[in-house]
Amino acid sequence: MFRYYLKLGALSIRANPALSTLMVAAIGIGIGACMTIVTINYIMAGNPIPHKSDQLFHVQVDNWDPTQPYEEPNEPPEQMTYLDATALHAAGRAHRQVIGYKTMRVIEPADEDSTPFQIEARATTADFFSMFDVPFAYGSGWDKSADDAVERVAVLTAVLNEQLFGGENSVGKNLVVNGESYQIIGVLAKWTPIPKFYDLNNNTYGHPAQMFMPFSVAIARELYSSGNTNCWKPVGDGGFEAFLASECIWFQMWVELQNESEKEAYLQFLDAYVTEQKALGRFPRPLNNRLSNVEEWMDINEVVDEDVGVLLGLAILFLIVCLLNTIGLLLAKVMRRTKDTSLRRALGAHRAALVYQYVIEAGMIGIAGGLLGIVFTWLGLRGIENLYNEYDFIENLVEMDWVIVMAAVGLAIVSALAAALYPTWRACNITPASQLRIQ
Amino acid sequence: MLQMNNVSKVYRTDTVETHALREFSLTVDEGEFVSVTGPSGSGKTTFLNIAGLLEELSSGAYELDGRDISSLNDRERSRVRNEKIGFIFQSFNLMPELNIFDNVDVPLRYRGFNTAERKKRIMEGLEMVGLASRPRHYPAQLSGGQQQRVAIARALAGEPRFLLADEPTGNLDSHMADSVMSLLHEINSTGTTIIMVTHELELATQAKRNIFVRDGHVSAGGQEIHLAAAANG
Repeated sequence: MFRYYLKLGALSIRANPALSTLMVAAIGIGIGACMTIVTINYIMAGNPIPHKSDQLFHVQVDNWDPTQPYEEPNEPPEQMTYLDATALHAAGRAHRQVIGYKTMRVIEPADEDSTPFQIEARATTADFFSMFDVPFAYGSGWDKSADDAVERVAVLTAVLNEQLFGGENSVGKNLVVNGESYQIIGVLAKWTPIPKFYDLNNNTYGHPAQMFMPFSVAIARELYSSGNTNCWKPVGDGGFEAFLASECIWFQMWVELQNESEKEAYLQFLDAYVTEQKALGRFPRPLNNRLSNVEEWMDINEVVDEDVGVLLGLAILFLIVCLLNTIGLLLAKVMRRTKDTSLRRALGAHRAALVYQYVIEAGMIGIAGGLLGIVFTWLGLRGIENLYNEYDFIENLVEMDWVIVMAAVGLAIVSALAAALYPTWRACNITPASQLRIQ
Repeated sequence: MLQMNNVSKVYRTDTVETHALREFSLTVDEGEFVSVTGPSGSGKTTFLNIAGLLEELSSGAYELDGRDISSLNDRERSRVRNEKIGFIFQSFNLMPELNIFDNVDVPLRYRGFNTAERKKRIMEGLEMVGLASRPRHYPAQLSGGQQQRVAIARALAGEPRFLLADEPTGNLDSHMADSVMSLLHEINSTGTTIIMVTHELELATQAKRNIFVRDGHVSAGGQEIHLAAAANG
């Protein structure tokens, strides 16, 4: 009977083209508006490293001003001082640990016709690539010995490698960065974690850094951060050395802890470290150390803007309005077909059979509405991309994937079925004789 | 085969109560051809609707093939309609978006026959009404008489024991009406029980028995006429 009901649904849709088109359009527009915002929300709130997000922890220690917290009510700083980052990293108490910061560099292409250009580089430590499961197209990252030996090595993203070397394997080649030669040891495959969880302080939805270099090299070259830097105490005289020794925060630190007991042990280690520092006159505030896994860290940083939540609510309301219209249209269609319904009842259709028939027809309208909704979603996302094209990260937020496509169709079918409930109930409760009597 | 005892049907609104049938009693035996006549509003069609399980009665008892109809649920009533009763309406009631093959197919679909069985029955039905050569025609492409023949084929496709006809020739000219009546007689001769509501005395006299309905019940005073017997006597 399923195929028979599909045929009846198609005939009914064809027999009422205006009403059917209006219903499909109402669902399509509602789904399009809703899914446009859902897509952005979904990408913003998506887990960028789901397979191990509960093993990766952002580290916070509270070295801040004794008279006021870093952020009310009593939030510790999001970043770390050089002193703490390097000390905790050197202690090596976690399964893996990474410190890093963002810095801008100038690339001087080998081709003399090409002009130098600025890129975002990330100074980090060896574990970065293995800890965050960064995929490589060619070569690999560096190891701890390269960190220790302050080797001028570099890992390029696929985009920068494409720009400089046409996408060829550039491992072993040299790259001139701010007048110094770096040996390329690795090229990443496509890797765009959204949000950029490992550094939410700097352009949450932006592309990853284009080049990665050893942390030790960056410090040795006295490279300041190009990201957020906050200080609660004046930095003393003495240039970069003084800056490193200051209470200014500009480093992000992550550790990989494989179970709850490792996490507990690491927190105890942090407490012990801070207590030791207190004895040296630092950390004037009460103990307030934190370990936040990836999703907790995204929540703390409110990676999904409040406005998106409001927009999502409005989009859902709009979808409901579209569904109410669809209910009205379906009701009109069903009421036009009362004679058909009564006749089928007279010829032996029981109520459940009619419900089945109408549900399948509504499902077909839902699928058509969902497909139209995908088109509207795509158009909506392109509209947002054009509206906010001055932000370089916007293209990362407006991509549709198969989950969104399936969700759009699924939501449309569910919406159409919900809209069909009342009209179907009305249709199935018509007394057959009342319509067949009309001559 | 069909037995109604003191059946009443009351339509109620907030302010008005209309008695369409009042203590209506009737027995129809297997193989009969019964015509039901009476003035407009007398309850003929209400009787036919209740007999065809298209409406529920307000009180009284109705047995069809020995089964108490009032005890059946929706699914059982639908099955009885599908298996035991065929309907013929004055306005044909064909589905305009379906061709005549698919129109005849409708009750067979709900019966659950397989494709081959349905096709066989449809073509036999269309053959019997003389339309086997036009299975892909749509109702709008047929004359009124041909449409009524399709409706008859649809009613007979499931081989019902009962055929309920509500003014089956009301929308037809006399030539086509004769043709439809001939077909009904042919069907009745195979043993199918027919109850036909009509307001045309000429047609009513073609049935074996006529029931005259007035004010919602079978009229008293000998107006239930055994036409065939009268004709013979």
